[in-house]
Amino acid sequence: MIDALIFATLNGLLTGLLLFLLASGLTLIFSMMGVLNFAHASFHMLGAYCAWSIGQFTGFWPALLLAPLLVGGLGALVERYGLRHVHRAGHVAELVFTFGLAFVIEQAVQSFWGPDTKNYQPPALLDFPLFTLFGQDFPAYKAFMLLISLGIFIGLYAVLTRTRTGLIIQAATTHPQTVASLGHNLPLLHTLVFGAGSALAALAGVLAGPVLGTFPGMAATLGSIVFVIVVIGGLGSLTGALLASLLIGLLQSWAIAVDLGMPDLLHWLGVEFPVDHPLRDIWRLNLPQLAPVLPYLLLVLMLIFRPSGLFGRREG
Amino acid sequence: MKRITRLLCTPWTLACLLAMSDSGIHAAGTKPEPVRIAMIDPQSGAFAATGETAYLQLLFAADYFYNAHGGILGGRPIEVIALDNKASVADTQQQLRRAISQGIQYIVSGNGSAPASALSQAIERHNRRNPGQRVLFLNYAAVDPVLTGADCSFWHFRFDSDSDMKMEVMTRAIAANPDIHRVYIIGQDYSFGTAVAASASSMLASKRPDIEIVGNALHPIGQVKDFTPYVSKIVASRADAIITGNWGADMVALARSITDAGLDVPIYTFYAAYDGITATLGEAGKNRIRLVHNDLANPLTNEEHIAFNRAFKARYPDKDASQPRIATMLTMLVSAMEQAGTTDPFSVALAMEDMRVTNMDGEQVWMRGSDHQAFEDLHVSVHTNSGIVFDADNSGFGLLAELTVPAQETVRPSSCQMARPTQ
Repeated sequence: MIDALIFATLNGLLTGLLLFLLASGLTLIFSMMGVLNFAHASFHMLGAYCAWSIGQFTGFWPALLLAPLLVGGLGALVERYGLRHVHRAGHVAELVFTFGLAFVIEQAVQSFWGPDTKNYQPPALLDFPLFTLFGQDFPAYKAFMLLISLGIFIGLYAVLTRTRTGLIIQAATTHPQTVASLGHNLPLLHTLVFGAGSALAALAGVLAGPVLGTFPGMAATLGSIVFVIVVIGGLGSLTGALLASLLIGLLQSWAIAVDLGMPDLLHWLGVEFPVDHPLRDIWRLNLPQLAPVLPYLLLVLMLIFRPSGLFGRREG
Repeated sequence: MKRITRLLCTPWTLACLLAMSDSGIHAAGTKPEPVRIAMIDPQSGAFAATGETAYLQLLFAADYFYNAHGGILGGRPIEVIALDNKASVADTQQQLRRAISQGIQYIVSGNGSAPASALSQAIERHNRRNPGQRVLFLNYAAVDPVLTGADCSFWHFRFDSDSDMKMEVMTRAIAANPDIHRVYIIGQDYSFGTAVAASASSMLASKRPDIEIVGNALHPIGQVKDFTPYVSKIVASRADAIITGNWGADMVALARSITDAGLDVPIYTFYAAYDGITATLGEAGKNRIRLVHNDLANPLTNEEHIAFNRAFKARYPDKDASQPRIATMLTMLVSAMEQAGTTDPFSVALAMEDMRVTNMDGEQVWMRGSDHQAFEDLHVSVHTNSGIVFDADNSGFGLLAELTVPAQETVRPSSCQMARPTQ
């Protein structure tokens, strides 16, 4: 039991930090531009595919750097030549634009790379078990993922709070007009933030590709979970995104590890149900089965009791 | 480029292909009318890889066996048309209507028992109401036993062993391994996953009562990104073998988490090869993953199959001739057409009942008349790179048959009560 919990915690942290790489970009883009970017997870997928392709020529390490830069550049282009024009038509148009973009990217990835799973492996340097606990290995590559994700959080936090660009970005989220009238180039800032957000999503893809598989469906389930994180953390809050990512990562991981369910609850309450009871499927539910729904349940509860999220400011 | 054109076409494939074939007819003057077969399978979305592979197998088999030798029924070519159902039931029904309205009489489908079951029911209804334009359904991969059992239909023929037949062979292989005492079952949370778990438990209990089922986990299909938490539980259960019915991305991710965790136990499954899966599993899965399947991959002794594989590889270097049973299906269909002397689905269906054909490996394949289930040798193959002549994904790794169960030993009694139409 305790061994499963330790691994569930490690794994939850890892999932959480990976989700944070995605959510941080999404929340930055939202707070700055007011755009809920539906294509965010698609940039994640592009990151993994680009890294795989580049890796064929250069190996893993240069690809780790080049793929996010490439996808970040693509994101910047999308903002500059797509989103900026759509912006004039309002937020709904922007939403629809990113929604369509997600489909276009998925179809393009499939046409270009094919529908097969790509054989994208961790670098040989990190392909060994870091330690073995209770008979289960913890791969060194996962520790590397943990470190990189933590590093990105610290770096991002430092940039946003300690540098001039970061301060302007922060100011632009709340007082865009003032920032513009002070002579700062607001459209350029938008392009920059969108590009950086896409690059972060791509980095998450590069890191996750070897572990979670590189195939055309890899963006599908991530998209919705990232929205949940951004809403729970509070739209626009980086700290909120981190906490919500970890919360959801751990929650899902623990729920699978713990074999508790309605039968245990009923047993504890001393209630018995006949096997042919019409609601027997509900009385047999257990936590591992519920694990994938938990984030959405949390989302609903959060919207009811604290609509602004953990760290969000209520819109005035 | 070929792939790009086809993918762009898929949502409108029919219109596209019709446009193309129209111009072809004009160019050639009076060409004999092709025998058209519509393949309704996912060509886009998460399961596109399986659909695309199957399409290429059928397309290639039609060209290789018949079109290159002057066609069938006195010179008619076979035309294969891919219709994209995105693995969804609603799209399946829409594509079926489209195919019927174009006058196509033969429907091939296989990826997923839910679309297959929808097709079987829709075709049964359509044929009853429109005796003048009947269609026939050839199923090469949907393995839910009910399709030839309680829900069987005269218009449905299955060319893959159902999941109970495969589980019978799988549990036989497990029972023969004296090192296995504790088995963990994990599967996708839908009809197929629960059916696999139930038949595994009951068949193991009768063959080796000393084997303990130490865990039985269901996870949502296509939702789990990382199986490590599940694997932690498998490790904690001290299982010495794993049974799973997982397929597609769920299979890759599960096997990956198991090997990442350093858990060294055999994995018994059905769908853990080809379309990038073999390459991804690579060295980590060597001698650890065992598949139960109809399609003998290695060792091949029959020249006919070897030549087929080589020719397929020459035409599609990135793909593998992974499902020879699709070729067997086409062989049987064409034999029935030639025997009936027509493409009328009713006559062809009657001709196919209790038909026996020899597949490329020289095995006898029997289509049972009472439930339209085909019986073919079943193999238990191991994922390895030694003794592999025909590898998968150009990875050097492939499937090597360790145990072959002859077709007659896989026969289970039929439970089908078929409503047979009259002419």
